[in-house]
Amino acid sequence: MKLNIGRFASYFGAIVFTVIFAFPLVFMVMSSLKPDFNLLQDVGTMRSFLPVGPISFDNYVGVYDRIPLLRFIFNSLLVSTITVVLGLFVNSMLGFALARMEFRGKNFVFAVIISTLILPFEVLAIPLLYLMVKAPWISFNGGFHITQGIFNNYQVQILPFIANAVSVFLFMQYFKSLPKELDEAALVDGASWFMIYRKIAMPLAGPAIGTVSVLTFLPMWNSYIWPVMTVQDEEFRPIMIGLQYFYVNFGTAWGQIMAYLTILTIPVVILFLSMQRFFVNSIATTGIKG
Amino acid sequence: MQSKVKKQNAAKRAENKTARWLAAPGLILIGIFTIIPISLALTLGFTNAQLLAPTNPDFTGLNNFKTLLGVSAVTLHAAKQPDGTCAVDENGEIAYEPLRPLTRDNSPRKDLRGKSEVKRIFANAEKCSVLVVVAGDPVFWRSLTNTFFFALIVVPVQAGLALILALLVNQRLRGRNFFRTVYFIPTLSSMVVISMLWRFMYQQDGLFNKSISNFMPGYAPIDWLGNPKTAMPAIVVLSIWQAVGYHMIIWLGGLQTIPAELYEAVRMDGANKWDEFKHVTIPGLRHTFVFILITITIAALGLFVQINVLTQGGPLDSTSTLVFQSFTRGYQRQEIGYGSAISFVFFILVLVIALIQRSMTKRLDT
Amino acid sequence: MKSKWRISLTAAVVAVGLLAPITVSAANAAPVEIPLWTHNGGNKAELADVNLVVKDFNASQSKYKVTVKAFPQINYNDAIVASAAANRLPCIMDTDAPVVPSWVYAGYLSPLTVDKKITNKLQTSVKGSYGGKLYSAGFYDAAIALLARKSTIADAGLRTPTVAKPWTLAEFNDALAKAKASGKFDYALSLGTGWDGEWYPYGFSPLLQSFGGDLIDRKGLKTAEGVLNGTAGVAWGKWFQNIFTSGLAPKKETADQRDNGFITGKIAYQWNGSWAAASAAEKLGDDFIALPPPNLGTKAYIGGGSWQWAVSSSCANKAGANAWLQFALQTKYLTKFADDLFNLPITPDATKASKIFGPGSKYSEFATFSATFALIRPATPAYPVIAKIYETATKDIINGADVQKTLDGAVDQINKNLKDNYYYVKKK
Repeated sequence: MKLNIGRFASYFGAIVFTVIFAFPLVFMVMSSLKPDFNLLQDVGTMRSFLPVGPISFDNYVGVYDRIPLLRFIFNSLLVSTITVVLGLFVNSMLGFALARMEFRGKNFVFAVIISTLILPFEVLAIPLLYLMVKAPWISFNGGFHITQGIFNNYQVQILPFIANAVSVFLFMQYFKSLPKELDEAALVDGASWFMIYRKIAMPLAGPAIGTVSVLTFLPMWNSYIWPVMTVQDEEFRPIMIGLQYFYVNFGTAWGQIMAYLTILTIPVVILFLSMQRFFVNSIATTGIKG
Repeated sequence: MQSKVKKQNAAKRAENKTARWLAAPGLILIGIFTIIPISLALTLGFTNAQLLAPTNPDFTGLNNFKTLLGVSAVTLHAAKQPDGTCAVDENGEIAYEPLRPLTRDNSPRKDLRGKSEVKRIFANAEKCSVLVVVAGDPVFWRSLTNTFFFALIVVPVQAGLALILALLVNQRLRGRNFFRTVYFIPTLSSMVVISMLWRFMYQQDGLFNKSISNFMPGYAPIDWLGNPKTAMPAIVVLSIWQAVGYHMIIWLGGLQTIPAELYEAVRMDGANKWDEFKHVTIPGLRHTFVFILITITIAALGLFVQINVLTQGGPLDSTSTLVFQSFTRGYQRQEIGYGSAISFVFFILVLVIALIQRSMTKRLDT
Repeated sequence: MKSKWRISLTAAVVAVGLLAPITVSAANAAPVEIPLWTHNGGNKAELADVNLVVKDFNASQSKYKVTVKAFPQINYNDAIVASAAANRLPCIMDTDAPVVPSWVYAGYLSPLTVDKKITNKLQTSVKGSYGGKLYSAGFYDAAIALLARKSTIADAGLRTPTVAKPWTLAEFNDALAKAKASGKFDYALSLGTGWDGEWYPYGFSPLLQSFGGDLIDRKGLKTAEGVLNGTAGVAWGKWFQNIFTSGLAPKKETADQRDNGFITGKIAYQWNGSWAAASAAEKLGDDFIALPPPNLGTKAYIGGGSWQWAVSSSCANKAGANAWLQFALQTKYLTKFADDLFNLPITPDATKASKIFGPGSKYSEFATFSATFALIRPATPAYPVIAKIYETATKDIINGADVQKTLDGAVDQINKNLKDNYYYVKKK
């Protein structure tokens, strides 16, 4: 009987928290079905959580009508995916070197990498912008040209975010948790360090790869300030910039905003839902250890 | 013997070389896209750079920092009336001499020039005097205290709540994957989106006020984000709500690394649930604790997006933070030199805090 | 090792030098492309009109081809500032009127060379001048008015204000007090506090100016002392603060109060732009009336200046850019921008031709308000900074801060910025 009370309390707690964490999202989805006027009238009442009043998918049609939705989704998927994939290589290599190998200046390198976490991106955006505009880039236009400036394209949205201290740290922690004997045995067999990384460490790094992928994908999918500053062409704009299209002059298309936010959120939720078990386990095995 | 040493040296050299090759791509990218902007951001603090200016910035040494950090105090007097009381103005408040002539550019007190009032303390009825603290940038000090207030609340509460959630969904509950996902959803959405939704919840006729007045008739609705007393707490709640799911997952990861045998062992010794928690769970989570402590601290001190979307630092600077100030001054007000000086101070502060935390938790970590 | 680097570096520089002219010469055969940026992303109606002008212009001649890029308005200025800092501005762009001088000062704009006969006909509030030269011109303006119901005024027994005789401070206060006392409304007045940013100086500095204060001393533009924080400025601040502390207007409007408060009858009067008039008139029918701004002391004012077109100094074909602007300033387009988008026409001819704002037409009073009361925001490169400082100070006043101290503080900050920038005189 006592046990049952404990379980009851657990379920009760879990459900209360479910309500707490879900209600703004329910509000968002329900509001996306309502005309602006009804949406605003319903705020603050239970009605805002229910599909009541003149319900329709007009806002979704309106979103599709107002912005190049598919283009934006494609852009965000492209930019996020490329960043994730390139990041997996670059950060795992660096993490591996830091975790399992000895080289001069290692501690210093590690300290510098970690200290880059301190300043939030907002205060680095402008110096980074200056840098990107001055940076050389090789472009192909009937022949290879070196042009100045990485600006208003996909590259500018990708390059600065490939290498990332958090990912390096997670990979490093994970590689540290693998038994040292693996390397020693391989070295005795004449394997090179690169082979150890490629053939032994990476195949075992599935959980770390999962964690890093999700944690890199999310901020890329949600990136906002940087594209505002660096992307001028609609054909390169990511999905969060689409949000701005719903404020015109002094009017705000609330219903369409809610529909758009729903469109933005649902895919990520589905992604996580399908990877949830994997994700938790991977964090567990990534082993946040000092 | 000699050849063995040689061989070892050769192996060491090879290891050194490969390590550099492996590390190079990441280090080069971090160097270019993070370290250079950081150095630029920090050095601009020593100039009077403007975002859009036709001329190159001048090196101004510590000027920005003197404005930013400069604090001084001055005593103001009021006339003493024959009856021994101090002269009062039309509102019935003591009429001290005006502060402003002392803070203007032609002030006789050089240390007060360009400063503004922060606080009046030590009013002395006997002498009809009051001590006024002035600072070069009162909003900076306000932002500093706001930032620390936010971090001091958020770090323990968020870490604790996340642990409770993790313990909850680590049990064998039916549908626990569903629960985990729901708790994690706020983390999946961007803070911009979350802030927009919560604005509706916090407004005067919003959900929170309506719910409270259902339980408490006669309750006067509060404009949560519009009241200097409640704005920061409202931001705290919203922030914890958004980020707690992430740290729940981290705790969960930590919980799952604790071997089940340890629990069985203490259970054999007749331990109850609380003992289990105290003697197995807590020690087993110490590495996770260090990670969570440091990541929440850094994230909390960098508070920005919610402020930018919801309150713009207001009302009455009650939600202004260091990063928000740096951004406002550097970008919106285009005084990028000054904004960078704020970034510089922020950087040093967080670095010091992180180092202190690191050394304090070092014992846990071995 | 070092020399190797130097060689490849030289090679790269030479390669860039050789390749660059080829790309430019290839483009010469076709009409010269002139990029244009506009703030109309997501605003289909206005973008369609801009596109129409561009299409007509491109068809009218073969030398130039204008190409349009649209940006969402809400972060348009951020995008432009970033592009300017990155030296990547287009040839033609629209800018918010009051920031034009700061762009000129920073060296990003070149003076317009549009025929003076055409620009002379434009209403002053849509022209961006600095240092005696014209840098920008708008296709339209907007006007703020006090939106009201005829029935509210009649029930309260108030005089209906006119352009010749607007409400005085006492009359305005009386109107607000009576609206509140009637018990019919949640609030007497909606001031638009639900918006942030430029609305504050645009919407509220005319009230300050009506009291006799200003954002900065327009003579010389070197100080705000005694102007923003003088007797008139403080009187404005105390009056403004009182509106909120006495519950006549919400301190921070909710989205519902802002968008629907007036039209649903929860709020009696609304201080809002001409853009809101159409939907209000539609909902309220004949009961709707747009009142002129009150005269709070010296004269009644509203803000002047909306979006304006400018040509960048980095533009390779300034002649082409100016040709487009000159083409666009034809009466038929100005009328179209007014009537399609509910904007105010800004030449006598366009006003005459406008079906909405022309003499005797339904909203003609807005055109009169704009022509009679509009005052542009101070033309100084410091404007973006002043606007931010004023916004913060006004919010503080709304939230109950000490008026004199707040305005003194704002003056100190403005003057420090002016001094730090050598008063925005280009030569140091």
